[in-house]
Amino acid sequence: MTTVHEPPAAHVDNDQHPVGYGRMLRKEDPRFVRGRGRYTDDVQLPGMLHLAILRSPMAHARIVSIDTSAAEAHPGVKAVITGEALAAQGLAWMPTLSNDVQAVLATDKVRFQGQEVACVVAQDRYAARDALELIDVEYEMLPPVIDARHALDPDAPVIRDDLEGKTDNHCFDWETGDAAATEAVFASADVVVSEDVVYPRVHPAPMETCGCVADYDSVEGRLTLWSTTQAPHAHRTLYAIVAGLPEHKIRVISPDIGGGFGNKVPIYPGYVCAIVGSLLTGKPVKWMEDRSENLTSTGFARDYIMRGEIAATRDGKILAIRTNVLADHGAFNGTAAPVKFPAGFFGVFTGSYDLQAAYCKMTAVYTNKAPGGVAYACSFRITEAVYLVERLASRLADELQQDPATLRLDNFVRPDQFPYATPTGWVYDSGDYAATLREAMRIAGYDELRTEQAQRREHGELMGIGVSTFTEAVGAGPRKHMDILGLGMADGCDLRVHPTGKAVVRLSVQSQGQGHETTFAQIVGEELGISPDDIDVVHGDTDNTPFGLGTYGSRSTPVSGAAAALVARKVRDKARIIASAMLEVAPDDLEWVKGSFQVAGDPGKAVTIQQIAMRAHGAGDLPEGIEGSLDAQITYNPPNLTYPNGAYICVVDVDPGTAQVKVRRFVAVDDCGTRINPMIIEGQVHGGLTDGLGMALMEIIAFDPDGNCLGGSLMDYLIPTALETPDWETGFTVTPSPHHPIGAKGVGESATVGSPPAIVNAVIDALKPLGVTALDMPLTPSRVWEAMQGHATPPI
Amino acid sequence: MQVTMTVNGAEVSREVEPRLLLVHFLRDELGLTGTHWGCDTSNCGACVVWMDDEPVKSCTVLAAMASGHEVRTVEGLAHEDGTLDAIQQGFMQCHGLQCGFCTPGMMMTTRALLDRNPHPNQAEIREAISGQICRCTGYATIVRSVQWAADHPDGAVPAAADEPAAPAESVTEPAAADATQPIPAGSAS
Repeated sequence: MTTVHEPPAAHVDNDQHPVGYGRMLRKEDPRFVRGRGRYTDDVQLPGMLHLAILRSPMAHARIVSIDTSAAEAHPGVKAVITGEALAAQGLAWMPTLSNDVQAVLATDKVRFQGQEVACVVAQDRYAARDALELIDVEYEMLPPVIDARHALDPDAPVIRDDLEGKTDNHCFDWETGDAAATEAVFASADVVVSEDVVYPRVHPAPMETCGCVADYDSVEGRLTLWSTTQAPHAHRTLYAIVAGLPEHKIRVISPDIGGGFGNKVPIYPGYVCAIVGSLLTGKPVKWMEDRSENLTSTGFARDYIMRGEIAATRDGKILAIRTNVLADHGAFNGTAAPVKFPAGFFGVFTGSYDLQAAYCKMTAVYTNKAPGGVAYACSFRITEAVYLVERLASRLADELQQDPATLRLDNFVRPDQFPYATPTGWVYDSGDYAATLREAMRIAGYDELRTEQAQRREHGELMGIGVSTFTEAVGAGPRKHMDILGLGMADGCDLRVHPTGKAVVRLSVQSQGQGHETTFAQIVGEELGISPDDIDVVHGDTDNTPFGLGTYGSRSTPVSGAAAALVARKVRDKARIIASAMLEVAPDDLEWVKGSFQVAGDPGKAVTIQQIAMRAHGAGDLPEGIEGSLDAQITYNPPNLTYPNGAYICVVDVDPGTAQVKVRRFVAVDDCGTRINPMIIEGQVHGGLTDGLGMALMEIIAFDPDGNCLGGSLMDYLIPTALETPDWETGFTVTPSPHHPIGAKGVGESATVGSPPAIVNAVIDALKPLGVTALDMPLTPSRVWEAMQGHATPPI
Repeated sequence: MQVTMTVNGAEVSREVEPRLLLVHFLRDELGLTGTHWGCDTSNCGACVVWMDDEPVKSCTVLAAMASGHEVRTVEGLAHEDGTLDAIQQGFMQCHGLQCGFCTPGMMMTTRALLDRNPHPNQAEIREAISGQICRCTGYATIVRSVQWAADHPDGAVPAAADEPAAPAESVTEPAAADATQPIPAGSAS
């Protein structure tokens, strides 16, 4: 695998209107900068009503009674719906994406604070909220289970007594790797380092919360649902199964989405309530949650409590890694992951290193918290996997008194080892990890930074340098192994070239800001030699796009991007046959010169793709077997995931007096293979790095012992502003994916995955003179101060 | 109660509840949905509009409080002749937006910043937008976008001809706000 270094992005700044790849400005922007995007809450329909949800103030309590009479009498209220009313229609419970069930509206008891208990449909959003205050619910308190470490205690109250025969809070066990082989390597290793590593519960908190507008037409028997969904087709199928409506009578429209970040993959009770509200009232019903509802009840991220161990030789050769994980899944297992992967792709915890053995044993438990787990750019739990291995690698380097960058360079999977099978069964497609890390070290001036650090330490200053080198696994996935509730993870693509040579490409994936309307036009433009300005990208409407699984897990480019390239090549193949008739030569005598076919050896004889398109739709005979038009459809089933990688270096200063962490510099070098639009990749990386900064320094969804959510609004759930965020420094190497049609890998989540360990490793490095060897996120001043005093505590 | 105000240069009048927030008045009553609602604690700034040339979080202002005042929203940001404001052009040139949800509020704040400080440095830009959260960009490209606009005060390109600058049902006059008028210091948050 060759690694090609492109010129830096600044050199291609003038490339504003490429035929294919390049820094093309976004086709989405003109409407957004004019305030003319169309997000779910912008949808207004005639007669539309508004729905609001009453939520549980308790973490665990039996529902004794619900009195809705005062709410029903409130002017403007059209309907009040309780769990009992839903139960009568078989809708009180719904399946989750993990084959568990989740209460739509609580019937027996509430299992987390913020859980949906009843809902009101009213004339406007203010009246709906008024009526919530008039619903009288009597609860009988039950002891809550908050700390996952005690969920399996023999006397722990059973949360899921709705599940037949359930007598404890055990959710599932999972393991990967070879326990015996790993044990043998550990037994004979020179050095073993162990570390308790907690990845606290956080929340993706997209700027736009979740919501929908449900419009049931009782005459046509047809449901239209505008919805904040990252997977409109999968949602349509699930609604068909849950609500019993025929799938061809359900149209899910995902309009512009104000960020998803994994928060908008699951189906939430609010969507189902709005559908029921529309069925009941015969009117369109809008549900739009507020921020605190979003933070307390929709999909959280992380919450893995990990014990990690790394074995090595005395001179720094990493031999094996093993880990024991306790996973907190909340009250219902709502994890959005391929069905056969209950722990997502955590199995890639061996990272970028060539190991002899690895083993993971995981136990997942129920607690009295909101469901979720897989969200916030995690690529199905790879955030947790990378955080674990990168913490361990730096800890080992400290133990061996080696430089953490050197230790990594000495242990990387080498370029000649790809495709590389890891000890846990993942086959990495390509990479040149040393080249990527060396590029990051070059940009950062790594050696000079270490010299500076030594000088500052002499003056008592706390400067730290953190390294994180990661391998991602994105592009789920091969349908043989991967499905969401039985739906194989392939993606469709539909391309139509109009008579005048303009085109429309229809995708099954769904942008939430990642720029698909631009980059997919670039992919098709590159393949067909048509300007991306002349190619419209349609997505997010199940009536008008081919079936597919949606956008999450950085899967759009690996799966749907491959489909877009291949469907264009299918059109090109057809165009070749038509061109051969136009030029009166055999198809094999034609050469494709971006945008036209020309007769080999006679460049004067050529037809453009536009001329071919007109001929395909025109009068007269076409070659044998050609039906006319210049369209094609494809469903792409990926042979493997793509494995982008990156090397991140973070420089922090810790204030010795206040323990405040300042990220002074952050260098991120990413390798996602062929780069479709460098400007958009850079933006994806900047955003992801800021996610990582937030998680590392300030974000946590914590609970008190009674189960009260302590991060339920933006007053407490802290998100970085422009003041805390440094000016990111980015770079890249290019190692294409050999199995992908254009050599491209996913990248959107890489920065979120790779940045937290770099920041935490940097802070631990800064505090080394004080004897600190471990720290758990978030690194708030109070938590870092405790560590500086020798009293570090894990977050709960 | 009756509220009357000027929105993007056009006078509007509505009968509303006294408790109605300005953000919902603009969005639900006037159909000006460019202004967004991102939190419930006045932290995110997605709802920033101008009230008498001063950026305010419209989720923290009652429609009644705006009565008798001039309100300017993102729909009124482009110039009278339909060309885009340099800020709008800068955000497109420098990839200062992704999902677009924070963008209207962010642009209203940064336009106000440039009006009182035509050449802000990076620290001043970051401070000006510190009352606003963006989840997509990591802010660096927003800083660049504002700097681009400062460097290209006339850098706007022609806007689409069908550009509405005021509520659909009351469009008669183009936007009246003077984009060069200074605003009181310290109000850009």
